[in-house]
Amino acid sequence: MYTQGLDQAEKKEAGGAGKESAEQLAAFQARIDVEEKIEAKDWMPEAYRRTLIRQISQHAHSEIIGMQPEGNWLTRAPTLKRKAILLAKVQDEAGHGLYLYSAAETLGVSRDRMVADLLSGKAKYSSIFNYPTLTWADIGAIGWLVDGAAIMNQIPLCRCSYGPYARAMVRVCKEESFHQRQGFEIMLTLCRGTDEQKAMAQDALNRFWWPALMMFGPNDSNSTHSAQSMAWKIKRFSNDELRQKFVDITVRQADFLGLRIPDDELSFNEATGHYEFSEIDWQEFFDVIAGNGPCNKERMSKRRKAHEDGAWVREAARAFADKRSAQAA
Amino acid sequence: MSEQVWPLYEVFIRTRGGLSHRHAGSLHAADDQMALDHARDTYTRRSEGVSLWVVRSDRIVASDPAETAAFFEPAADKIYRHPTFYDIPDGVENL
Ligand SMILES: [Fe+2]
Ligand SMILES: [Fe+2]
Ligand SMILES: [Fe+2]
Repeated sequence: MYTQGLDQAEKKEAGGAGKESAEQLAAFQARIDVEEKIEAKDWMPEAYRRTLIRQISQHAHSEIIGMQPEGNWLTRAPTLKRKAILLAKVQDEAGHGLYLYSAAETLGVSRDRMVADLLSGKAKYSSIFNYPTLTWADIGAIGWLVDGAAIMNQIPLCRCSYGPYARAMVRVCKEESFHQRQGFEIMLTLCRGTDEQKAMAQDALNRFWWPALMMFGPNDSNSTHSAQSMAWKIKRFSNDELRQKFVDITVRQADFLGLRIPDDELSFNEATGHYEFSEIDWQEFFDVIAGNGPCNKERMSKRRKAHEDGAWVREAARAFADKRSAQAA
Repeated sequence: MSEQVWPLYEVFIRTRGGLSHRHAGSLHAADDQMALDHARDTYTRRSEGVSLWVVRSDRIVASDPAETAAFFEPAADKIYRHPTFYDIPDGVENL
């Protein structure tokens, strides 16, 4: 989801696997199989390390870029209460980014490297954050659907085989349920309001439903990288399994709100106990991933500007620290 | 990216009086005070702590995971350090 299995493309680059003996690999897999956690300084296959660096850094970048769509409404939240809540939520997302960057750093990649890869466009982040937030209801839809989808994916990651990632996820998950609830509450308030407010909520659902389903990544049949991640217990459930779970619980919540899921083919299958839904527009998904979504350019240029605008602060902090340590010496 | 890198700090939190500090994560900061301030903002936004320690990561001395077995081996054959090593006959109480 936040990483969307986007890593397949780079899979081929795998060099260096030659120096890893079959015994080492088997011993490593045996540790994974008995649910031992792998820690930063433990021996691990290079491919495991690279997969994690990619996944964790993409997850971190998503948290950081993910502040923008919501940040767009900070100054225009309808009440002081909503503004304070949204501010706290956006601040949490920054925190999530920081926990995750720290977890990735334990694998030997520097923070600067990751930031540079994000700013240069080399690194990816979740497609969901390339959609605009046009109305206040979008803030409700994001909390309810986007954080909801994130939770669905992040709860199993709390049991990920890599200790520092799993621990960061525990912390993140504790914070996410407030995010989802505040979003649902925004939707509920709108749905109990005037006809126009309810229409606004419906419009937000219409625009965010499909992008939210895309957060879980390609169908399992097109997600070749998954099998290895499953074997390494980085991933516990497939993209389609998580997406189905999300649809099943969210459809009922939409019913409660009195909103219509924008899918004419949505139907409940009594035999399986699951909702069936239409095919996702994968062309849109790949377009957004490729950088051609509605807001990709805006998100990136804002992120670059924020980084550049912060340069003097980082320099000043450094100069102040140097001066203080010189005085102390 | 010609800027100098801020050092990495490890963060430890005491969640309540009476408990020991526990590792929570890490962060970058220009100096010790900033590390404390960032640790508060990053790791205790929901009153998760009553005390914080930050320590530069490069000051931590750690055992080597590759040497774990050998390093901890001296404890392995001293089972008499555990109370279960001792057979106490039935009938002896409060022991
Ligand atoms: Fe988050
Ligand atoms: Fe997240
Ligand atoms: Fe969130």
